[in-house]
This record gives sequence, C-alpha cells and structure tokens, in this order.
Amino acid sequence: MSLLIAQFLTGLANAAALFLVASGLSLIFGVTRIVNFAHGSFYMLGAFIGYSLMQVLPGFFGFWSSVLLAGIAVGLIGVIVEMFVLRPIYKAPELFQLVATFGVILVIQDLTLMTWGAVDVLGPRVPGLKGVVRILGEPVPQYDLALIAITPFVLFALWYLITKTRVGILVRAATQDREMVGALGVNQAWLFTGVFFLGAALAGLGGAIQLPKGGADLLMDFNILAAIFVVVVIGGMGSLPGAYLAAVLISVLNVFGVSYIPQSTLVLMFVVMAVVLMVKPFGLLGREEVAGEHGQVGEPERPFKPAGKKGRIIVAALLLLLALLPVFGSSFAMVLVTDIIIFCLFAASLHFILGLGGLVSFGHAAYFGGGAYVAALLVSSAGTPMELAFLLAPLGACLAAVIIGWLCIRLTGVYFAMLTMAFAQLLWSLVYQWDEFTGGDDGLVDIWPSPWLAETEAYYYLTLIVGVGGIILLRHTAHTPFGYALRASRDSSRQAEATGIHTKRVQWAAFAFAGSMAGLAGALFVFSKGSIFPTELEIARSFDALIVVFLGGVKTLSGAVVGGATLELVKDYLTRFEYWRLILGVLIIVIVILAPDGIVGSLRKLGERTGLLREAEVSK
Amino acid sequence: MLECKNINSFYGKAHILNDLCMSVDAGTVVSLLGRNGAGKTTTIKSIMQMVVPKTGQVTFLDRDITGWPPHKVARMGLGYVPEERRIFTDLTILENLEVGRQPARDGSIEWTIEMLFEIFPNLKERRNNRGKELSGGEQQMLTIARTLMGNPKLLLLDEPSEGIAPVIVEQMAETILNLKAQGVTVLISEQNLHFARIVADRAVIIESGSLKFDGTFLDLDAQPEIQGAYLSV
Ligand SMILES: Nc1ncnc2c1ncn2[C@@H]1O[C@H](COP(=O)(O)OP(=O)(O)OP(=O)(O)O)[C@@H](O)[C@H]1O
Ligand SMILES: [Mg+2]
Repeated sequence: MSLLIAQFLTGLANAAALFLVASGLSLIFGVTRIVNFAHGSFYMLGAFIGYSLMQVLPGFFGFWSSVLLAGIAVGLIGVIVEMFVLRPIYKAPELFQLVATFGVILVIQDLTLMTWGAVDVLGPRVPGLKGVVRILGEPVPQYDLALIAITPFVLFALWYLITKTRVGILVRAATQDREMVGALGVNQAWLFTGVFFLGAALAGLGGAIQLPKGGADLLMDFNILAAIFVVVVIGGMGSLPGAYLAAVLISVLNVFGVSYIPQSTLVLMFVVMAVVLMVKPFGLLGREEVAGEHGQVGEPERPFKPAGKKGRIIVAALLLLLALLPVFGSSFAMVLVTDIIIFCLFAASLHFILGLGGLVSFGHAAYFGGGAYVAALLVSSAGTPMELAFLLAPLGACLAAVIIGWLCIRLTGVYFAMLTMAFAQLLWSLVYQWDEFTGGDDGLVDIWPSPWLAETEAYYYLTLIVGVGGIILLRHTAHTPFGYALRASRDSSRQAEATGIHTKRVQWAAFAFAGSMAGLAGALFVFSKGSIFPTELEIARSFDALIVVFLGGVKTLSGAVVGGATLELVKDYLTRFEYWRLILGVLIIVIVILAPDGIVGSLRKLGERTGLLREAEVSK
Repeated sequence: MLECKNINSFYGKAHILNDLCMSVDAGTVVSLLGRNGAGKTTTIKSIMQMVVPKTGQVTFLDRDITGWPPHKVARMGLGYVPEERRIFTDLTILENLEVGRQPARDGSIEWTIEMLFEIFPNLKERRNNRGKELSGGEQQMLTIARTLMGNPKLLLLDEPSEGIAPVIVEQMAETILNLKAQGVTVLISEQNLHFARIVADRAVIIESGSLKFDGTFLDLDAQPEIQGAYLSV
C-alpha cells in the first residue's frame, strides 16, 4: 500500500512538467488554431536555458529565478516565432501552419546543437530540496512534493487568467471569432502574440522545472511531443483542467506501467488515448469541433478537371526522361530517383485522403512501414517468393487501414489526426518490441528482390512502372464517382448525405485505398533497400509525408508529387552539411511564407498573374 | 462624416462593388436599401475595411481609412453590427459586452452597462447567461449593445430587423430612434422599406454594387419605378 502511494506521488510529480508544457500547447491551439509542432522545441530550450542560468545563479533562489527566467526567455523566443513565422500565414487554410512549425523544430534543433553541443546535461539538485521525506516509510523526494504542490497553483492561475480577466475574455472571444474581435476594436494580432508568449513560456517553464529529474538532451523535443499531444487530446483541446487531468492520468499510469508491465511503456499513453477518444470523441473535457468554424476554410477550390493538353505533354516528356535515365544516368542517380518515386507514391497516397478527403492523418507511416514489414516478414519468416510478398504487401497495409480506419473515421479534425497517430505508434511499438518476430530495433535484413530484379536498372524500372502506375491510379480514382463522393463528403457532409452518399463509408474506403497505396510504396521501399527498420513506422516518417503534401500544395495531387521530389532532392543535397537541419528548416519556413498555396498552387497563381498561364488552360 | 468615393470591392475575382459613392452626415440615420445580394453587407464590410476596396477611398471624420486594419477603424469610432450577429456563444452577456468595451472618445456618448441594460431590459435579466442560450431577438440586442460598448460615433447596422419577431422589430426601431436622439449617427442596411422609412432620414439604394438612388423618402415616393426596379416590395 505504502509503495503504491509513493508511486502515485511520483506520478503526480511527473505530471507537473507534462501539464505545464501541454497547457501551453492547449492554450496556443485554443486561440490560434495552430497545431504547434515546435512546442517540444520550446520545452527543450527551456531546459537548456534553465541549465545555463542555474550554472551562474546559485542557491535556492538562484534555482527558482532560473526557472522563471528560462520561462520568460522561451516566451520571448515564442514571440519571435509568432511574429516572423506565423503571422504572415494566419490566413492560410487550417493545419497549414503546422508545416511552418515543423520548420521551426529543425531550426531550433540545430541552434541548440550549436549553442550547447551534443552532450546530455544533468540538471542540478535543488538547494534546500535535496532530501527525501518518508511517507508511510517510503522515501519521497522533497522536490517531488514541491512539484506536486506547485502544479495546482499554476492551474489555478491560468484558470483565473482565462476566465476572470479582460485579457482572458478577449482570448476566449478570439477563440471563437477573431475577425469579430478585431472589428470591435481589439488588436487581435497582439492578443495572439501574447497567447504565444504565454504558451511558449509555459513550455519553457516545464523544461526548466523538470531539470532536477530529467536533465536536458537534444532528443527531448521529439520525445515529449507525442506525450503532450496525447495529454491535450485526452483532456480535450483547449481545456486546461482537462490537460491537468490527462497529465496526471498519463503520468501515474506510466509509473505503474514501468513497475508492473514494462513492455507497455511505449504504448500505454496511446492506448489510453485511443480508449478515451472512442468513448469521448472530443476528449475528457473538450467540446465539439466544427470544421471551418474558425473562418479558415481558405478560398474556394478551382474546378477539378482532368489534365489539359499542355500538362499531358509535360508529364509525358518527364516520364520519357525518367525511362531513359538508365541510358545516360549513373547508378547513383537511379538509386536516388528510385527513392524519390517511392516517396512520391507514399506522399500521393496521403494526399488522396488529406487533399481530397480532408482527413488529416498523422499516422500514415503505419501503412508505408506496415506494407514494408508485411513483405519483409513474408520473405524472412515464411520464405515467400519475393513476387508474392510484393503483391501481398499492399493487401496487408489495406487490412491494417481497414481496421484502423474503422476506429478513427468517426472522429474529425485534430482528434482524427491524433487517433491515427496513436495507432501508428501502437504498430511501431509492436514491431519495436516483438524482437523474436520482427527483429525489433535491429530490423529485418537480407530482403532482396528476385534475381531478375536484382540489378539496379531492373529494379529502377520496376519502381518506375509500379510507382508511376500507382500515382496515376490515385489520380484516376480522384476523377471517378468515388473520388467525387469523397470530395463531397469533405466539403459538406450533410449535403452529401442528403444526395445519398454514405460519407463515413466513403471516407473509410478512401482511407483503406490510401493505406494500400502507401503499402505498395512500402513494398517498393523494402526491396530497394534490402532491409527494414522500425524507423519507417515512426511519427517522423508520417510527418515527412504530411509536410510534403502541405508544402507541395494540398489542392492538387501534383503538389504531393512535386513536394515529395523537391524534399528528397533537397535533403539529399543538404545532408552533406553539418547544420543541414537549420538550412532545411529555414527553407521550409520561407516556402510556407512565400507560397501559402504550396509550391504547385503558388506557381500556378504566379503563372496566371504574369500571364504565362491562362486560367482556362490550367483548369482544363 | 463618412464618405465612400468610387469604391470597388472584390471577393477573389468576383467584382462586387462598382464605383460605389455614398455618404452619411453626422447626426442622421441613413438606410442602405437593396435586394438580396445587392451588395449591402459588402458595402458595410468595405467601410470597416474587413473587405479592403481595391480602388477608391473611404473617409471617416476627414481621414482616409482605406486599408486600415479593422480594429483601428473601430477605434476611430465606427461601430459594426454584423448581419449574422456573431455574438460569442460561449461567453456570458456580461463578457460579450466586455469584449466590446473601448475607452470613450471625445464627442461620443460614454455607454455604461447600466445604460445599455436600460435600453435592453431583457439583457439585464439574463446577464449571466451564455450567448448560445439567448433567443434570436436577444442575440440581436446583444450584438448592438456590444458594439455600443465601444462608444461609436457612427453605428453600422447590417439588417437588424432580419429574422426577428415583429414586436421586436418595433422595439428595434424605437431603439434606433433613441440612439439617434442621443447623437449617434447610423447607417443601417435594410430590405424592409417600411422599417427603413420609420427610422431613417435618407435612403440609399444599391443594386449589383452600384448606386441607383440617393435621396429622401419623399423623393423616393415620387419615383415609384425605382422602388419597383430595385426593391422587392
Ligand atoms: N464571401 C464571399 N465570397 C464570394 N462572394 C460573396 C461573398 N459574400 C458575398 N458574396 C457575393 O457578393 C454579392 C453581394 O453580397 P452581399 O452579402 O453584400 O449582399 P447583401 O446585399 O448584403 O445581401 P443580403 O440581403 O442577402 O444580405 C452577392 O452576389 C454574393 O453572392
Ligand atoms: Mg447582407
């Protein structure tokens, strides 16, 4: 019993930092509707800045001043990000801003590396709170008790600020209708900046306050990201008490998980989230989200028609060039283009549900990696011939997408995105932990294609035919009645229902189809590399595809393809530099600001404006 | 006091306002009339700079406000009451009023919550209710009261009589005359000629974003063909 209580207290103490960071994320999302991927980076900065300050400020007061100052410093960094990166793109369609925040992650990663180096630092023990207190005979660190005591005050202060002050009232009003708030004479730009300051400062505080327990390292930005999203979603986006409840729930369960079912730790929070969302689709204390409620629908879409003559000629010329690549290109070029085509197919499959269906999946890697693992396992465990394994891969991915899709499709918006991410993470940890079967961290190796496809050139042609074929199939499907029904379900599900379209079923089928195509890309991938590792199922891989689809332009399939090719090429070039993340991050941010319609969308507009392209030709 | 000179406004590529000219003199109530889709809302939004006119000028109190951010326009003393009401449904009545509060400007009346509750007694009773719990008429009152909290010199009312019960329309007319008596200038967009006649001194009629008539109601009565052509009577 006493041990249980001690564990419970540890959980409560761990919840402190988690709650601080998550409440900042929730606040920012609630008001600005921005899904701030860079929030983990603010947390990391808070830890490093706090650490440096603690080196110079001595003693008990030095420690707490450092924590506060770190929070303020990170808040100011947040203000810089808001003013220079996000302000120019508030008008962009919902969720587009997350691409920019992804760029910010990369920039902060390299800046942190430059400033503090690649070493993990250990946080100092807090002067005056170094000891332990015995509770029912179990030792509980004093610092843990301090954290447990502080958190409710922070929650109360935030609650007071939001519900009782004028600023809080304005913030809540802006959450619902920022244009109206502006028309009433409130400078909402500063309101947003203020919220960003507070949100980032909370993340910074969280990072600094956990130093004595966790220290600081360069991976902590991504490591906490999933956890804070989970907390915010379980609690209900925008609800502070919800975030507190969820942070406690997750932290306490985690402590028990570590002691009693250690295998569960990687997935525990995702399982909790999945269960909560299935029972309460908007989190414990959240309220329903209505798409487009916040006036960020973007401008109406152009008519959607098959490619014009000019477009076809360009595509045909490009394909011819690709087909002739083995004649004039090096084998290195072939390998690079193979990678690019595979990635483009993966991105195009995500575009199918995201662009056409409006379903933003944060877990699309599940089907890419899933397909790859199906093929690899069939070959390595069952001795299946490569050709058969190759064909079964998309089917396996399809099956996964059918099951996961059935569970997720009831949700919408950010909740849908998070649940898809949860399942992807589940799959990842399954693969990661099931050593005997999947090879775990070591992956599966020696998965080579059959001899007739073993040459680089032969495999290149296979990739070209299957990859391009897949992309064309995706494009073709978009123009079938099924594709139209999918778009109708996205734009106005009620009207679509009225015309006899079963929207959820259409979306489910689309999700499964997109999953199969991602699985196909996975199959191409595994045989081109000869191996597969759990990294292909990671959140980062899902984000790659997401970034590419947004960056290329959500509105056209060519956007995903162009975006995919661009990112792969740029990455291939940039990774030779030491601080390539910095460059890539800045590049992404610049593209997002200069081309808010994505690369393809903005090029089109530019073409129209300069008269190089007539609108009729574009939409024909 | 307010003047639109040859404004041209667009939604994307759709050209909505066509060289529109109109003005509002201090202390008057002007009604902006026209059919559905004539461009009344767009005119009001163009004045507020929520839709920025591509060409032309909007001047208010002798200052060119074209292209200003809407919050600055509001702080100059233009009070916008939107057609769709757009009250903050999760906020209470008192909180909604708080959002609208702005410091008093010289020369305008300084509204207090008590004064507003006198004009809109329904709101007083329900002051701690959330916006979403109000009836349509109450929401309409609230949206006007909220804007008045900003102590505007000129009130832009977009179809305040739309979709509310006749009794409340009458009350609304009274309120507007009351405001006028207190020195607030009003530009009110309307489809209802009868209502406009009661409250307004002057009628401005637009169709397809162009000015078709500008004059008193006496002038308008003398030209029945205009009424027939541009108003749905
Ligand atoms: N957001 C928008 N995007 C594109 N077109 C719009 C938009 N809002 C209005 N329009 C078009 O602009 C024209 C003028 O609309 P407006 O709302 O100004 O008319 P209105 O006179 O206020 O009509 P109502 O009496 O119905 O309120 C209409 O043809 C309408 O279809
Ligand atoms: Mg209107």
